[in-house]
Amino acid sequence: MSDFQIIDRQDFSDTTFLLEVCHPAMARAARPGQFVIALVDEHGERIPLTIADFDRDKGTITLVVQAVGKTTRQMQQTCQTGSALYGLVGPMGAPSHVADVGKVVCVGGGLGVAPVFPQARAFKENGAYVIGVVGFRSKDLIFWEDKFRSCCDELIICTDDGSAGIKGLVTDGLKSAIEHHEDVDEVVAIGPPVMMKACAETTRPHGIRTMVSLNPIMVDGTGMCGGCRVRVGGEMKFACVDGPDFDGHTVDFDDLMNRLRRFTEDERAAMERWNENCKRLEQAGQTTGTV
Amino acid sequence: MPVRAAEERVDDFKEVACGFSLEDALHECARCLECPNPACVAGCPVGIDIPGFIVKMEEKDYRGAYDILSDSNLLPAICGRVCPQENQCEGVCPVGETLEPVAIGRLERWLGDEAIKNNWNTLPHIEPVRHKVGVVGSGPAGLACAADLAKAGCDVTIYEALHKPGGVLRYGIPEFRLPNDVVDAEIANITRLGVTIECNTLVGRLFTIEQMRDEMGFDAVFIGTGAGAPNFMNIPGETLNGVLSANEMLTRCNLMMAGKFPDFDTPMHMGRQVAVIGAGNTAMDAMRVALRIGAEKVHCVYRRTEAESPARLEELHHAQEEGIEFHWLTAPVEILDDGAGNVRAMRCLRMELGEPDDSGRRRPVPIEGSEFEFETDMVVYAIGTKANPILGQTSKLGLNKWGYIDANETLATSIAGVYAGGDIVTGAATVILAMGAGRRAARSIKTYLGIRDSEAKYRSEQVGCAGTLFGIDLGERNFSPIRLAG
Ligand SMILES: Cc1cc2nc3c(=O)[nH]c(=O)nc-3n(C[C@H](O)[C@H](O)[C@H](O)COP(=O)(O)OP(=O)(O)OC[C@H]3O[C@@H](n4cnc5c(N)ncnc54)[C@H](O)[C@@H]3O)c2cc1C
Ligand SMILES: Cc1cc2nc3c(=O)[nH]c(=O)nc-3n(C[C@H](O)[C@H](O)[C@H](O)COP(=O)(O)OP(=O)(O)OC[C@H]3O[C@@H](n4cnc5c(N)ncnc54)[C@H](O)[C@@H]3O)c2cc1C
Ligand code: SF4
Ligand code: SF4
Ligand code: FES
Repeated sequence: MSDFQIIDRQDFSDTTFLLEVCHPAMARAARPGQFVIALVDEHGERIPLTIADFDRDKGTITLVVQAVGKTTRQMQQTCQTGSALYGLVGPMGAPSHVADVGKVVCVGGGLGVAPVFPQARAFKENGAYVIGVVGFRSKDLIFWEDKFRSCCDELIICTDDGSAGIKGLVTDGLKSAIEHHEDVDEVVAIGPPVMMKACAETTRPHGIRTMVSLNPIMVDGTGMCGGCRVRVGGEMKFACVDGPDFDGHTVDFDDLMNRLRRFTEDERAAMERWNENCKRLEQAGQTTGTV
Repeated sequence: MPVRAAEERVDDFKEVACGFSLEDALHECARCLECPNPACVAGCPVGIDIPGFIVKMEEKDYRGAYDILSDSNLLPAICGRVCPQENQCEGVCPVGETLEPVAIGRLERWLGDEAIKNNWNTLPHIEPVRHKVGVVGSGPAGLACAADLAKAGCDVTIYEALHKPGGVLRYGIPEFRLPNDVVDAEIANITRLGVTIECNTLVGRLFTIEQMRDEMGFDAVFIGTGAGAPNFMNIPGETLNGVLSANEMLTRCNLMMAGKFPDFDTPMHMGRQVAVIGAGNTAMDAMRVALRIGAEKVHCVYRRTEAESPARLEELHHAQEEGIEFHWLTAPVEILDDGAGNVRAMRCLRMELGEPDDSGRRRPVPIEGSEFEFETDMVVYAIGTKANPILGQTSKLGLNKWGYIDANETLATSIAGVYAGGDIVTGAATVILAMGAGRRAARSIKTYLGIRDSEAKYRSEQVGCAGTLFGIDLGERNFSPIRLAG
């Protein structure tokens, strides 16, 4: 298991892309809510990515990545069909609880759209009534609409500019879902911390159980470093073993957001260096005629 | 043993202790009394025939000495560097009653290094026995267990969660004490025996212990997953930026090479005034790493005194030489915010020693009204570790009340055919105790599987004799595989 072949890649926008990676054992083991840690090359950083889909017959898992910094941009350039990842470990984290829920709203925004899909599908398979709420900036950035439609009884698409679905944030979609259905048992919200916090605040007055998937900075993902610790209900939890799913009404999101800024300076430096290297390579490529 | 000067070494990750020259080594051998009933062998958790290899060295048969050494320990260059010898083999050597004890660890390191340099490896004759054994975790316990089982002919696969093998040897102990090249070279001794190491495999999540036994065809399983989960103190301010565990810092630096950022992608932003809480080996390593990657000043904050510090003596001295400031009898009670979510200072209490506690050490008690602010912008916790919960949560393994795996004196767990040893059974201990446990479990697994030659010594002169293997008549060997009970 030293070679993790990428067998498909799709680009959803100039920052978001999908990688389908061959790993039969992981495809068999993966459950909704779990994630992997990937390494692009030997000098790389270990970065966590949610398992956005898995195909047990094909023996593959699917990752949907948003290019936000050095590593994810490097992946955007180098992870092409036919290439391989240097490291891939998982599934990690505790699987989500999807049983015994009658009606559920699955909310995905930003890099949370893909990760919420396996949960929506699992709820559906467990017989729940599933309402999907997914947010995009505009119509041409929408992806996986068909996949969501196949497992959602209702799908609310929200766009920032109103070019598709309702104009507004996913919280608007969530509000509308709660207004139309008084009997929602559970809300699952995945996306940037601000979004998850807003969703938790939206449901708090209604007393609807709201699960969020936290994304703190991780290193090993096995419970060994404590870098991923988050404050939940006044207690310290390690997101990689106790989570990543937690009850959104008890999560200290401000603490999480502060901790996500731990390495801002270094991340910026790495990004600049990467951009410079890319530029240099491009120039060199132009003069020699190769890229 | 020569060491590099403190001023020179604090800027790099090259080894601090330089090792013996041949002359030093021979001089040291001559000091050994070659006791007929050697205390040192009993003091070594893996029972190395210490006078045996010393005699060979004096005969200038270094290769032969290495063969004796590697009979009991395939990681001599590692153990020679990191064993707390003063509490083990050297601690009981009678020469130490009047003079310095024989420097067994350094001799071991010398032989281990010679073996790496000259590419010595004595492969025993291995007769396959059709048994498949799975090992979880590639730390010293797992490696030692795998080696013994491979020598007994089992088909052994080690599963490791991280992307590189070695456990604490890789991610915990820094390169200036244990270079990665040495770890690589000695792990290669183990793969050369036919052991397969599968990294990137988190057992419990990718498959369970029960699946290994019931679906994947393993006749026995050994668990050596260590006690990796770091403790925190549960005081206010613990999630501020600038507070982290020693494990995180060491992993970023040793496994992910953060010291070479941005050539390597993983950052390790270093504070200027770094306070490390704790005074064990892990604390010493964290402090010395902090110094090497850019901290201006590093402080050790410990609630007991130097006498109670659990660190290896040599490491404590090296840390002192390198200019680390020690604050004994000091305990933090709160970490203070700079207003922007970062550490500004710690609030600490002064302590004094009271009555002895259960561990026999005098219990530190706070001095009333002694609170003071300790200026620091980075707080590193090195106050011990606990059991990782993943295997406990995903299998039916019996655990004790602290979450460690319950194992009896043969290291058998509550699941038939599943054995465990090392830190995951005892709590954080030492490399060589973990190796000793791995070897003990290997012995139990051989008995469980019905493999006869469990105590055989692997001497080159015994290999290849017709009809017998390791002195045992081949016809006499009992190969009947045991069927595993539910
Ligand atoms: C459980 C979990 C699941 C995730 N799933 C996805 C996913 O499906 N798709 C996706 O695009 N992203 C996902 N992320 C976020 C992803 O890991 C980060 O975007 C990525 O690590 C950024 O690395 P970078 O070098 O490109 O950017 P950097 O410039 O290093 O960082 C950009 C931002 O990402 C965060 N980040 C940096 N390093 C890490 C790290 N090691 N672990 C976590 N966050 C980090 C920081 O807050 C930083 O502000 C997930 C994170 C977690 C914890
Ligand atoms: C910083 C530091 C310095 C130390 N210095 C010394 C020293 O100088 N001398 C000394 O004698 N001792 C020292 N020790 C203690 C010593 O390293 C440990 O006692 C020893 O490594 C324990 O060995 P082990 O095999 O039980 O576990 P570990 O070395 O912890 O190895 C366990 C391995 O199992 C893997 N693993 C865990 N869970 C899973 C899973 N579910 N699936 C797959 N793999 C898994 C881990 O990733 C790890 O690689 C030190 C410890 C630390 C932390
Ligand atoms: S392995 Fe450790 S305890 Fe055993 S002889 Fe070597 S240094 Fe001493
Ligand atoms: S106890 Fe000391 S003197 Fe005796 S054999 Fe061992 S090393 Fe030599
Ligand atoms: S990522 Fe290291 S403990 Fe969770």
